[in-house]
Amino acid sequence: MIEVKDLHKSFGDAHILKGISTSFEKGKTNLIIGQSGSGKTVFLKCLLGLFEYEEGSISYDGKVFSKLSTDEKTELRSKIGMVFQGSALFDSMTIAENVMFPLRMFTKQSKSEMEDRVDFVLKRVNLDDAHHKMPSEASGGMQKRVAIARAIVNKPKYLFCDEPNSGLDPKTAIVIDNLIQEITDEYQITTVINSHDMNSVMEIGEKIVFLKDGLKAWEGSKETIFRTDNEVVTDFVYSSELFKKVRKMYIEENQ
Amino acid sequence: MSYLHNIGAYFLMIKNVFRKPTKWSVMKPLILKDIDDLIIGSLGIVAFIAFFVGGVVAIQTSLNISNPLIPKYLVGFATRQSIILEFAPTFISIIMAGKVGSFITSSIGTMRVTEQIDALEVMGINAINYLVFPKFVALTLYPFVISIAMFLGILGGLAACVYGGYGTLENYIEGVQNDFIPFHMVYAFIKTMVFAFILATIPSFYGYFMKGGALEVGKASTTSFVWTSVVIILLNFLLTSLLLG
Repeated sequence: MIEVKDLHKSFGDAHILKGISTSFEKGKTNLIIGQSGSGKTVFLKCLLGLFEYEEGSISYDGKVFSKLSTDEKTELRSKIGMVFQGSALFDSMTIAENVMFPLRMFTKQSKSEMEDRVDFVLKRVNLDDAHHKMPSEASGGMQKRVAIARAIVNKPKYLFCDEPNSGLDPKTAIVIDNLIQEITDEYQITTVINSHDMNSVMEIGEKIVFLKDGLKAWEGSKETIFRTDNEVVTDFVYSSELFKKVRKMYIEENQ
Repeated sequence: MSYLHNIGAYFLMIKNVFRKPTKWSVMKPLILKDIDDLIIGSLGIVAFIAFFVGGVVAIQTSLNISNPLIPKYLVGFATRQSIILEFAPTFISIIMAGKVGSFITSSIGTMRVTEQIDALEVMGINAINYLVFPKFVALTLYPFVISIAMFLGILGGLAACVYGGYGTLENYIEGVQNDFIPFHMVYAFIKTMVFAFILATIPSFYGYFMKGGALEVGKASTTSFVWTSVVIILLNFLLTSLLLG
């Protein structure tokens, strides 16, 4: 479980995060949503320790990140898997080498053990014949799946995904969403996804945190988001006619 | 202020290059790859430039000697001195700032733009050590490149002198051997090692700390070349004053 208390972050005079408090539960897909510029990416980078924040605290299973020693931070980070928006695969390595990288860095496994684990996770993301391809030879959807494989190969406790569906066609986006949810459920990891894809919200949003102007404007789940009266949320989530109709139908069916 | 900030950030980066080292089993292939990219990959262009510039130095020296009292072996002597003292260590380093420096800045800068450096940091890896240390180790072989440049420069002078009809083989070789001061080689290789350090670290600094997108990668490569060259020229002056002055 990840707990965030009163998080503040500024860049110069720009106050980006203005006191966010929330929690992300284990075994659930937690979504951070909001308009562009609402502070989602800054929030995610603070959670990952890539940005230092001025006030507040972030704790991973009760351990406050800022109070950890360098070695404890390294130990914690080895338990974090991250899927970047652009996949961030190492372009000088093959797909198998990319996936094996965290194992080479953080474990003392033999080469054959690492190869077995890589085979297993690549199979898990339906990429069992892509070992020797370079990232540049893979499609966007394949790159995202490799990034997921790399993120889960070392059995992480926490999985972070920054816009995992961006640039993907709707069908592939659903495949990626389902894959993330299955992995979260299967390995009981705490998954935090940064997204503005409303399909993801409806499909896998077991917990949703809505950010607006650096503040938490709403939180709930994919079930409660249909019923909320919070105008800020409904304006954003149901901005298209299609989603307005979906919402209406959901409410009618569940009355 | 930004210059002072950059100088401070550069020295902090140097400190981080040697902190929290990456596992040797991961580091070894990176070092070998950088030796291939930075050292072996530069030999062709260095050999080509050294040979022909050596030839030009010999021709220019020969054409500018009109006084019959000046001994004929001066062509070989002047070529050797120019190549060993300045051309090989300093001007080859400036050429390398363009070739190797731009490669380092753009490859690290591209990793920054595509979030590969963020990926390393999220994993808890000291990205500066992972990226810069292999380049630093690879460039400890830089004196090998400069030795080849020295040899080929003098050989180019010989070829131009003898086959261009500017002097005899005997005179040229006599000049190359005449009044040789071994400390000049020590001086040249001290400079070479200092420039190797500069070539590994300044381009890495501009790549690692760049912000923006693809356009900024190009700008960072240019800035890196300019500052690497400036620092090499300034240190060349300083080291020459200290060691030969």
